[in-house]
Amino acid sequence: MDVNTDLAMWSNQLIISAMIVYAFAMIFYAFDLFGARELKTAETSVESTAKASTVRRTNRKTASTAVLDRPNDDDASVPSEKSRTKRHRGARIGTSLLVLAGLLHVAAVLTRALSVSRVPWGNMMEYVLTATAITLIVYLVVLTKKDVRYLGTFVSGGVLLCLGLAITVFYTPAAKLIPALDSYWIAIHVPIAILSTSLLYISAILAVFQILKSVHETKDPKWLRFLHRLPSSTDLERLSYTIAAVGFITWTFTLIAGAIWAEVAWSRYWGWDSKEIWTFVVWVIYAAYLHARATRGWGPTKVAVLNLIGIASVIFNFTVVNMYFNGLHSYSGLD
Amino acid sequence: MTGRTEGSENTQADAHTTANAGAEPTAKQGAKSSAKSTVTQPQLGFFGMCRWAWTQLTTMRVALILLLVLALAAIPGSLLPQRIQDPGRVNTFLEANGAWGRFLDTIQMFDVYSSVWFSAIYLLLMISLVGCVVPRTKQHWKAMRSAPPKAPKRLTRMPGYASFTSAQADADSREDADETFLDAAEARLKKSGYRINRQADHVAAERGYLRETGNLVFHIALLMATLTMAIGSLFGYEGQRILVEGETFTNSLVSYDSFEPGSYYDADNLPDFRLRLDTFTSTFDDRAAGNQFGQPRSFDAKVTTTVDGQQDSHVLKVNEPVRVNGVGVYLTGNGYAPEVTVRDAQGKVVHSGPQVFIPDGGDPGYSSEGVIKVPDAAGSQMGFVGVFLPTAAQNEDGELVSSFAELRNPYLVMSGYTGDLGLDSGAPQSVYSLDADNMTEMTDESGNPLVIQLAEGETQQLPNGGSVTFDGVKKYIAVDISQDPTQALMLISAILILLGLGLSLFIPRRRVWVRIKDGNAEVAALARGEDPMVGRAVEDLVKDLRDRPNEDGSR
Ligand code: HEM
Repeated sequence: MDVNTDLAMWSNQLIISAMIVYAFAMIFYAFDLFGARELKTAETSVESTAKASTVRRTNRKTASTAVLDRPNDDDASVPSEKSRTKRHRGARIGTSLLVLAGLLHVAAVLTRALSVSRVPWGNMMEYVLTATAITLIVYLVVLTKKDVRYLGTFVSGGVLLCLGLAITVFYTPAAKLIPALDSYWIAIHVPIAILSTSLLYISAILAVFQILKSVHETKDPKWLRFLHRLPSSTDLERLSYTIAAVGFITWTFTLIAGAIWAEVAWSRYWGWDSKEIWTFVVWVIYAAYLHARATRGWGPTKVAVLNLIGIASVIFNFTVVNMYFNGLHSYSGLD
Repeated sequence: MTGRTEGSENTQADAHTTANAGAEPTAKQGAKSSAKSTVTQPQLGFFGMCRWAWTQLTTMRVALILLLVLALAAIPGSLLPQRIQDPGRVNTFLEANGAWGRFLDTIQMFDVYSSVWFSAIYLLLMISLVGCVVPRTKQHWKAMRSAPPKAPKRLTRMPGYASFTSAQADADSREDADETFLDAAEARLKKSGYRINRQADHVAAERGYLRETGNLVFHIALLMATLTMAIGSLFGYEGQRILVEGETFTNSLVSYDSFEPGSYYDADNLPDFRLRLDTFTSTFDDRAAGNQFGQPRSFDAKVTTTVDGQQDSHVLKVNEPVRVNGVGVYLTGNGYAPEVTVRDAQGKVVHSGPQVFIPDGGDPGYSSEGVIKVPDAAGSQMGFVGVFLPTAAQNEDGELVSSFAELRNPYLVMSGYTGDLGLDSGAPQSVYSLDADNMTEMTDESGNPLVIQLAEGETQQLPNGGSVTFDGVKKYIAVDISQDPTQALMLISAILILLGLGLSLFIPRRRVWVRIKDGNAEVAALARGEDPMVGRAVEDLVKDLRDRPNEDGSR
């Protein structure tokens, strides 16, 4: 069947190239995040700028990275533009590299899609390939609204790791779809599932930072000093929540679209197939997360732990359930 | 920073306390003394307050725990085989696991989703949900019809706050200027969708009631969906049938291979229709590399339906069911049915026609197993057990396998038996297995078990004088046939769930107060629920009101 194997090969090459650039991006970001030497100066600069909101505002207007912050940006702990620019050289290089890696990555997705003339998410390898690209895009979109470059290390690292798995463990030769997947629902259900996964992943990294930051704020252990220039744990929590809330809605949509597809394909909209079970479990965990946040007696750290349990179940749903559980939902493309 | 932190704590607690409380005087009281704040509402008496507190503290927390338990309880169903999926695998598991298996069965581990404990969890959750939604709906109804609460004395500690001096020097008097200022504020807020409560020295405004409406819609739709699911399984049915090319299915009970009606389904009144499988075409990938080689690429069943004498042609595909008379017909499987003719010792045809062979699910080459029973032969009954290979080939070890799923080199390999098939014993028998207990295997001249090997068109003599001929191959499809009258209702519930969720998470609900005294204006905003834009809202409002030229306020 007409598959353009040349294009598929190009796609593989592009994945490898993107991975190399991601690796460098991760290193630069990591230097920026953990870079210990700048600690002293940075700390004082935070203090001196924390209250000077008017100074901040004027600076922001003239600075080149002004788009990264809204005028009403409420994290008062963000240091002044000048000191930030100097200290965040690593992050700036990281972001530039990430954009480059993203271009290679998107090219890899497109060539793969063109090689098989269909959507690029017909098996686990392609799913990961696209999901990582979307994760990067979500990160860059959030970056235009808020300075979240402290996430960069884990975005590039996570994407790198997943791409590595995609071309090894999950590797699947380019081919057409099996009849079970050949439906327009694949163009509705799967991309939204991918988007949900990306959103929930980013929310989860934020939740990790939030937990660490709250330890930093209360106990201030030495090994967490590098967190001093992150926003407060309250702000991290809020961002993590907002992204998870969007992710929850898209996950709900994924579940509903999946149920409609299941009716078309398997004659019933819900049948407790192992994939359905885990999608439900994930959904209930995030519903619990949203509730916990509004329940008294549940502190922010406990709530964040629910968020992490949530992402763990999302990952479990994608890996273990796909590869080891019996079920109708077997599109992994693996043997 | 302190004011901000407190504000955000407040808004979180606020989401729940005030969600029910309707009107609450100030943000300050939200977190700790939420109970106290309701005292200011005369309509809630002491008992009302207790009940409200009960709903708040007990139900919300319990609901959360129930949610977590529900997630946990759903998991075993993915680890153990379930009867609703595959009763066969449950039996295999039970046979392999003795007492442990029986114990698991006693606690309904193979019927998780209809088990007492799973049902108990979600029923409790539903009750808790009702207990939560009903009072909240009442409160919200009231809140929507009453005026936004007046400004508290001190506005400075609100999450969004600004003060400035109004520049309205050319007004006739200070009072008039203040009045005009408030007019303008009122008009501006109205335009942004706020509901207004105009007071002597200030405007109180609130927006975003849709947030709570959405939340209630979401929770009610969730209840609806759960109920619909339960009802759907009572009034619908699901059946299976295998159809060989050329066969016609008539929708009546006897035509089904298996049939599972809901408790209230009237199986005597199945909708009337017929469906004939004209041809079935399947294609498989012979170009792709690696594990993609041999994967299926298309399954197309040409079918003809007959409803009230009216004939229609359809192509039935995996993701494209055919719907007739409210019943859905879904393509769920397919395979090959070799046509075999068996003659007895007198040369009389005692069996002829296609016999369904079941593909080995794990084999992309569709090697399939099947049984042919010949009860009417002269002498003793005959039975054959065999394997059908669509494209016979030898693997590296010299074994006969099927290397591809299409019919490129069809080959039939069987063993034969004579004796009693056991059909008269009365016990139901599967057409796909042979009980050889009372039969003897056929042997060749040297006494070895007879191996019947046939390519298409070939005939092999049997030791008892009869013969077997492999005439050709037909294809068959397996279809699910089902009816669920509640699907539309489920879809509506699902849409409401999404809609409600969107509103409840993203409509900002906030209160705004604009106060002026002797030209000194104050603007304050309080978010109810998550609202990152509350500061921005105040900024924008200030910008619009500040250096406003003196006019009547309508523009
Ligand atoms: C099947 C069980 C339930 C599910 C899946 C569920 C799901 C959700 C979701 C997704 C939200 C939106 C998140 C949000 O607005 O913060 C929500 C909000 C809410 N739910 Fe539930 N819910 C369930 C049961 C209950 C029950 C039994 C109660 C009664 C105590 C309840 C009370 C609330 C409240 C008060 C909110 C608003 C939270 C807020 O404004 O932040 N829920 N629920």
